Amino acid sequence: MAALHFHFDIDGEDFSSAGDASVVMKKKLRQLGFPSDAIRRCSIAMYEGEINMVIHANGGTADVDVYPDKIVIVLEDHGPGIPNVELAMQEGYSTSTEQIRNMGFGAGMGLPNMKRYTESLEIETKVGVGTKLTMVVGV
Amino acid sequence: MILREIADLLRARILSSEDMLETEVQNAFCCDMMSDVLAFATNQSVLITGLLNPQVVRTAMMLDMHCIVFINGKEPTPEIVSLADANDIVIMVTDDSMFRAAGTLFGTGLLNADEV
Repeated sequence: MAALHFHFDIDGEDFSSAGDASVVMKKKLRQLGFPSDAIRRCSIAMYEGEINMVIHANGGTADVDVYPDKIVIVLEDHGPGIPNVELAMQEGYSTSTEQIRNMGFGAGMGLPNMKRYTESLEIETKVGVGTKLTMVVGV
Repeated sequence: MILREIADLLRARILSSEDMLETEVQNAFCCDMMSDVLAFATNQSVLITGLLNPQVVRTAMMLDMHCIVFINGKEPTPEIVSLADANDIVIMVTDDSMFRAAGTLFGTGLLNADEV
């Protein structure tokens, strides 16, 4: 069955609006009648990714393909890339600034949370070029 | 426990979604780090926090939470209040500290967020 496709441009300039795309996507999934547990897992994973793109990469794009049995989220940015993915996946490891921590993020839980709430998380990253995350949420 | 009882116990002022005060909640989570809330809180909780920015409301929305309690008399901006209002989330402000607010609610039977 063909997927429903949703595209979002993530503004990297404005931290206070970060998360808007995840909010819109959550409402779409609710309208489509997905189970609340799947919606929550999808929303949290996408939200963490969106916040990461704003904090680290000056924004990017989010593309979500919705199938009856899974939701595929692709987040792509042209930020600095992740030099050490293994380290970035450890809970508590963070390269965020004090300023970001004062806003309630940068605790080193972003990527671990994305992994926690999805069936699969694939990270393609190159230092100085950017990062592409592909997450699959089962329904 | 319903949200109106929580407001009474914490002598809190209600700033948004007053029509949702009869909503029943069973658990709560205290934290200023939103990533920790996303990692460890469960759905339909009350979020008790001292952090003041719109991401607090969006974090609560992601988890289907019904209520945010701002502690130490911290006053949220109109932007925060209107975002909560538009999404049926009750905002309360209490003069209590996080420790006192959490202790009061725990003592009356509200559970930790991982216990429901």
